[in-house]
Amino acid sequence: MTSFQPPADRIWWKTPVGKDEVLWIGIALVWCLIMFFMMPYWHVYGKQNLSSEAYQTTPAKFQARVDAMVEKYKTGEEKGIPIVSPPAGEDVYLAGRLWQWYPILELQKDQSYRLHISSLDWQHGLSIQPVNINLQIVPGYEMVINITPDQAGDYAIVCNEYCGIGHHTMLGKIIVKE
Amino acid sequence: MAQFRVCPDSGFYFDRSAEQLMKVNAVAGVVCLLVAGIMALGVILTRWQTIHLLPADMFYTALTSHGINALIFWIIFFEMAVLYFASSTLLRCRLAAPRWGWVAFALMVIGAVMNNIAVFSGKSSVMMTSYVPMQAQPHFYLGLILFAVGALIVCFMFLGTLVIAKEEKTYQGSVPLVTFGALTACIIAIFTIASGAIVLIPTFLWSIGYISHIDAEVYRVVWWALGHSSQQINVSAHISIWYLIIGILFGARPMSEKVSRFAFLLYILFLQLASAHHILVDPGMGVEWKIFNTSYAMYLAVLASMIHGLTVPGAMEVAQRNKGLTKGLFEWLRKAPWDNPVFSGFFISLIVFGFLGGISGVVMGTEQINLIIHNTIYVPAHFHATVAVGTTLTFMALTYLLIPVLFRRKLFMPKLAQWQPYLFGAGMVLLVLFMLGAGTLGVSRRHWDMGFTGAMLSFEYPGTAYMMMAIAGIGGVLGVIGGAAYIVVTVGSLLFGEKLEPSAGVLESFGIKPMAASVYNVEQPEVLARAEKLPVEQHGSSGFEAPGTFILAMLLLVCFVIYYFINWDYLSSVWPMG
Repeated sequence: MTSFQPPADRIWWKTPVGKDEVLWIGIALVWCLIMFFMMPYWHVYGKQNLSSEAYQTTPAKFQARVDAMVEKYKTGEEKGIPIVSPPAGEDVYLAGRLWQWYPILELQKDQSYRLHISSLDWQHGLSIQPVNINLQIVPGYEMVINITPDQAGDYAIVCNEYCGIGHHTMLGKIIVKE
Repeated sequence: MAQFRVCPDSGFYFDRSAEQLMKVNAVAGVVCLLVAGIMALGVILTRWQTIHLLPADMFYTALTSHGINALIFWIIFFEMAVLYFASSTLLRCRLAAPRWGWVAFALMVIGAVMNNIAVFSGKSSVMMTSYVPMQAQPHFYLGLILFAVGALIVCFMFLGTLVIAKEEKTYQGSVPLVTFGALTACIIAIFTIASGAIVLIPTFLWSIGYISHIDAEVYRVVWWALGHSSQQINVSAHISIWYLIIGILFGARPMSEKVSRFAFLLYILFLQLASAHHILVDPGMGVEWKIFNTSYAMYLAVLASMIHGLTVPGAMEVAQRNKGLTKGLFEWLRKAPWDNPVFSGFFISLIVFGFLGGISGVVMGTEQINLIIHNTIYVPAHFHATVAVGTTLTFMALTYLLIPVLFRRKLFMPKLAQWQPYLFGAGMVLLVLFMLGAGTLGVSRRHWDMGFTGAMLSFEYPGTAYMMMAIAGIGGVLGVIGGAAYIVVTVGSLLFGEKLEPSAGVLESFGIKPMAASVYNVEQPEVLARAEKLPVEQHGSSGFEAPGTFILAMLLLVCFVIYYFINWDYLSSVWPMG
């Protein structure tokens, strides 16, 4: 029994280390460095990166921007929720609130949009399904991502941050057109 | 009045007050685990969509209670016992300021009860994370604060005991590795509790209306310095216990004191940075900040875990080979005491922690890959591998040792105890694997209804996701049964277990001979001597001391590399963004 006794050697830090450990530490360190450099590598060569662009905002301010966009680009309605079709390259606003993602977005395939997202009340989780993109949406902060949907179809926005009793009814929609 | 007793089976010296405090803290922990386990059943049977047991409000209450009781109260109560053990018992030293231990315990019990009252009233279903601006009742936060203050007192008692032991020269040379690991846990705990104070005290003041606004993002950043770091206390604590268990069961010594201690040092320096894992897809975090922190500064804490992953089973292998189990690569493992729950619990915990918990944790903590994982059920799958199997199963295994040594009782229903780690382990592995799968398909965590009943719009997860959640449900139920078996054995042992007076030689099977009667008759224990020097023996092969372990470690690495790149490939298929 020695793992719970003081080390046998007084100067234990000078005891030589065996081959198993030296080799393993070397291999593990190389792997750690590879994993570390994968992240900057992906920023340069990969296509899925988050920008760090964000602004402080207030629910009222953000609501006003969403409303302005809805007024400008509204093309239809589904179950009382407006559908907006902003032109490519445009700033698009999406609000999470209890318990709805507002409004429904209609985007063109392979076009880029500056998507601004914020919450008007509690924290929400934006989870675009089934493509499986997940972002944390925090009240008071407006997150901006440049997004380029590259597959056409109907996508759901699930809320995946707990936001109270109606959390499971909080669905939104993004339509990507050819 | 003599202050110490020697455990006749293990030879450990127990200080009177340390022993009492260990007992009460361990018992309080088990009570919290019981609550957590009952809540777990409600949670898992609700997420199993065909059963869908609880209504929404009760589900979220159960989930909040399960998280707090399992992740905070059970584990930290038990860790307090571990701190007393690693300082007073292992160093054969009287406990510093024992009365403060009772103050701490009282605060922790009051805090835990207060918090549970808030949660079970149904008005504080805010999840363990209690993200603002969703508000809980004031006593929800106050309970947590009192609990943390108690834990902080015990941390300082631990440090005080180390100082006394050094001063009174109760041991030769440096502290044992297990104590060193516990010291790591203690240092991380102090950092954790300080972060907790910074975030929870203002939040408490906000809940009583004294502060008008808490910034939601600042809360997240600071809260995770509490939330993630508290799990790092667990890692340090349960790895220390792994070293303790292999020492007791096999007489194993660290392959190299220097390497194992260096790995603990890396934990102290880098482990806390992992708080960033939780805010990788939050608004406004800088890229450099995310990369540096999420990787623990170039994965140096991952390196530390990979080192322990080799040295813990490696030390065991060397000890077994020295006893003559040298055939082939794995005789040392094949002939291990698989019917001893202390061993099986420890080993299952080691394997699942490394292969499932470790790998999934690093993958989802990669800056960009987090985009396809954040807040999906993949996240709880990961931490059930690390905390439910890693920490909790290790603590369970240690309990089977503590019942005879600390409580001086024979195990109640030893056959059940023998099966318990396998039952709990198998259930949890099923749960973890299939929740990882469901998470990859986008199923959310903390979500009452994956069918979205009552939503204006609609969305249908693929049938595979439903099937995976059902299998996870079966695993969860098995896990709860395994947990119940643990409660039956521990509570049964304390209530009905045969008393061991003065000795029943329970630990003789571990090669430790009875030493003395179990009574307080020692004024001052003998000085804890250095481990004996062993002649250099070589029972490995091709220059390796532990060739079997090295092969296992390489297997881990291969799984790790393959799974890591599979996830990059998956990420490359989602919508481009930047």
